[in-house]
Amino acid sequence: MQLKINGKNIIGNPGQTILEIARANGIKIPALCYHPDLDIKANCRLCLVEISGQDQLATSCSTVARDGMEIKTDSPRIRKARAINLELLLGEHTKKCADCLSADDCELLRLAKAYKIKTDRLLNRKKERKTYRFANAVEIDGAQCIDCQNCVEACARQGINYLKIAGSGSQQEIVPDRSGESACVYCGQCALHCPAASAQEQAAWPAVQGLLKDPTKVAIAQFAPSIRVSLGEEFGLPYGTNCEGKIYTALKKLGFQHVTDINFGADITTMTEAEELLERLKDKRAVWPMTTSCCPAWVAYAEYYHPELLPHLTTARSPHIHSAGALKTYWAEQHKIDAKKIRVVSIVPCTAKKYEAARPELSLNGRPLVDYVLTTRELAYLIKKQGIDFKKLAPSGGEKLFNFGSGAAAIYGASGGVMESALRTAVVLAGGSKDKVSGERLEFKEVRGLAGFKTATVSLAGRKLRIGVINGLGNFHRLLPKFKKYHYIEVMACPGGCIGGGGQPIPTTVAIRAKRLAGLYNIDSSRTIRRAHENKAMREYYDWAKAKRLSAKVLHTRFKKSAGSILTSVQKDKKPLFALWRTPNQSG
Amino acid sequence: MTANNILQKIVDAGLVGRGGASYPTAAKWAAVKAALKGKKQGYIILNGAEGEPGVKKDGYIIRHYPAEVIDGLFLADKFLGPDKIKKIYLFLNRAYFKDAAPGIKAILAQKKYQALREKIEFFIKPERLAYISGEEGALLNLIEGKKVEPRIKPPYPTEQGLYRRPTLINNTETFYNVALAVQDRYEEKRFYTINGAVKRPGVYALPLDLSIEEVLRRTGNWPAFPFFAQIGGEASGEILNSEQLAAPVEGAGSIMVYDKKRTDKDKLIRHWIKFYHEQSCGQCTICREGTYRLEELIKQKKFDHKLFWEIVDGLEESSFCAFGHSLTVPLKSYFNNIKN
Repeated sequence: MQLKINGKNIIGNPGQTILEIARANGIKIPALCYHPDLDIKANCRLCLVEISGQDQLATSCSTVARDGMEIKTDSPRIRKARAINLELLLGEHTKKCADCLSADDCELLRLAKAYKIKTDRLLNRKKERKTYRFANAVEIDGAQCIDCQNCVEACARQGINYLKIAGSGSQQEIVPDRSGESACVYCGQCALHCPAASAQEQAAWPAVQGLLKDPTKVAIAQFAPSIRVSLGEEFGLPYGTNCEGKIYTALKKLGFQHVTDINFGADITTMTEAEELLERLKDKRAVWPMTTSCCPAWVAYAEYYHPELLPHLTTARSPHIHSAGALKTYWAEQHKIDAKKIRVVSIVPCTAKKYEAARPELSLNGRPLVDYVLTTRELAYLIKKQGIDFKKLAPSGGEKLFNFGSGAAAIYGASGGVMESALRTAVVLAGGSKDKVSGERLEFKEVRGLAGFKTATVSLAGRKLRIGVINGLGNFHRLLPKFKKYHYIEVMACPGGCIGGGGQPIPTTVAIRAKRLAGLYNIDSSRTIRRAHENKAMREYYDWAKAKRLSAKVLHTRFKKSAGSILTSVQKDKKPLFALWRTPNQSG
Repeated sequence: MTANNILQKIVDAGLVGRGGASYPTAAKWAAVKAALKGKKQGYIILNGAEGEPGVKKDGYIIRHYPAEVIDGLFLADKFLGPDKIKKIYLFLNRAYFKDAAPGIKAILAQKKYQALREKIEFFIKPERLAYISGEEGALLNLIEGKKVEPRIKPPYPTEQGLYRRPTLINNTETFYNVALAVQDRYEEKRFYTINGAVKRPGVYALPLDLSIEEVLRRTGNWPAFPFFAQIGGEASGEILNSEQLAAPVEGAGSIMVYDKKRTDKDKLIRHWIKFYHEQSCGQCTICREGTYRLEELIKQKKFDHKLFWEIVDGLEESSFCAFGHSLTVPLKSYFNNIKN
């Protein structure tokens, strides 16, 4: 199919929209409500183009191209129509640029400059709108909302439907569902799809900045498997680039005394989870299937929507809680540092981990094991704020022993990765060849990839196990009727797993997720140690924790039925909650 | 009567939709039938809630000619295939429903309509968003329980309408005309609603090809004083001065007459803008924000006229559906034809 855009002959595929074809050919058309993951809504009215033979301007996002079409993407008429829509959108968006994570990479600001928008003609009309806070994880600031409805759709695609549109016309507002029919699981997909930073993580970076200036504390940073292949995007590096070495350097430059890798924790998780799987296999009365529980949004989902399934969740804690437990016990003891002085900051692709870290059962001696949680975006913001030229940083390493994870740990960031890691270890442990590299099966490619619901049958301990992977909570309903037919289930709330997490760089799209995934599997295949239980430092800690009878305190957790999500609504510009949200009886 | 015969009668009569857009009725019916091939089922919707202020003919028809309207629905059902149609919705506002429902139910009690009766469901128009809920996409969303806002076209309702199934949506008058055409009683007339500063306001059935002036004169409504008129609805209708009335009546067939001396013109403009702001569904930027800003602007004693017209141009160029666009019709025609 051939068409003309701005006088140039361009080839497109039948069924593609004008916007898709233009963008594929490097022709810029502004669009705010457009997101490749979501339905075409055509409500921002910025992607207007002229089509020969049509009187009306057309929105290029919603117009399927036809053979022979002649299109103009720029003209005085188009610029005029885009400019008035842009000016009106800016009149909705109360500018909070000084403290905004996205200010450095804000499409609204860029367009305002490009279209020379007058900012004095229209006063911000939404200043008085409420901010809705979901636990300590995510918030939606109505004063910044430009009514694109992306968050509502992202939430619906997760199968949650917690975000609704109340009212109509200029008075409409994104509101949480208070009917009790739904609950926020803190996944942050709303934030990931918001073009105006109205939905975003609740900031922990100001508190972390404070921590880094406090000489009485030992500040330890630990970063998650997936952020090493996504953080670089914030600094113009190609999608999927492994920035592990640069991240160590950047965190030390920010002022952390010690930097560790959550991949170490992921190996603990795999070990704990694989052992539980094997124990269940031995137990004739065991509950099947066992499901993963390292995704805190999945846990929040199960606790609210399916409390009857809670006995299925593995009691293994999640990687960053595992490694934080190791830091505050084993590492502290080895280094003779008072654990009370240690502050662990997790840098994760996730908003739900902010909520998880504050769960009372994941604390030690009255303090949370993980003290602060930053998203990938927050870390990028801090690095930029500090004036660090990330691209030019020389790679370095982290805290001895705690700077290593197996190849299996690396793929925790990918949907199917946790399952594959556990199976890698379980097949060896079941074969009795504990610490030796065995000829057992290593790769489980049938659980990889971006399909919504992946299934396979694998051999373990002489049994055939049916396994299933839910990639994105919106697919959970596909599993539910067949749930009991499986032995082992992995659930990741966010599409793609953590590489598509709610705290990842914006934009995150299907194509970008695929590149981040490839980055993780490259790390795995380039490691000599690809099975968690072969991580010697981890094994030493693991055996130490068991010998010290610390299993319940640092390895396992428990779950309980929840009555709903935690919601606070704040009118106007109240001081943001910087520190972690805590239950009232916990001290800061 | 076969399906082909029904369609031929509609073609011969040259029927066009009477909701305002004048789309050829036969083409729409044929499109739905084509989309219903295979095992697909679909819906019929009578759009009779008449959201446009000043248009009263659907209310008139459903009150006075319910038998013809039901027969029109019966023919549509027959044409599309009774086994193909899951449900028929009668979308009416509360007043029309109250007046017409007993009569409709009595007609449906006839043996001929036994099967039809099972499928028919009344759907009462909500008070809020009363105007935009008559827009096809918004109406489909309303029935489906979704946010009332227009849908992207294509796909058109004929292919993907209610619950994404092929759906025939026609105006009350269109179904009425189909019944007349099939019974060979169609006389190339339409219903005109006449309102405002006239002696005999009301709904009149008169020939299609009359000019606005002829309609006013024939009904004894031609004013003896300086006036201007709004054609096609008191919200979205075009404003014409008394010299411009040789054209036929457009849209949903209403004529509103304003006494030039007695009309507070600023109030009229405020009324239009307020109406559009209140009725805007909120979906697209230019309509949601533009109507809000226009209303805010004209509240000021001295306002930024340049900005005002930039917003109006924006509505004309870039609104999602015809609603936002249509506010520019009275505003621009008023300034072009009356004020200057």
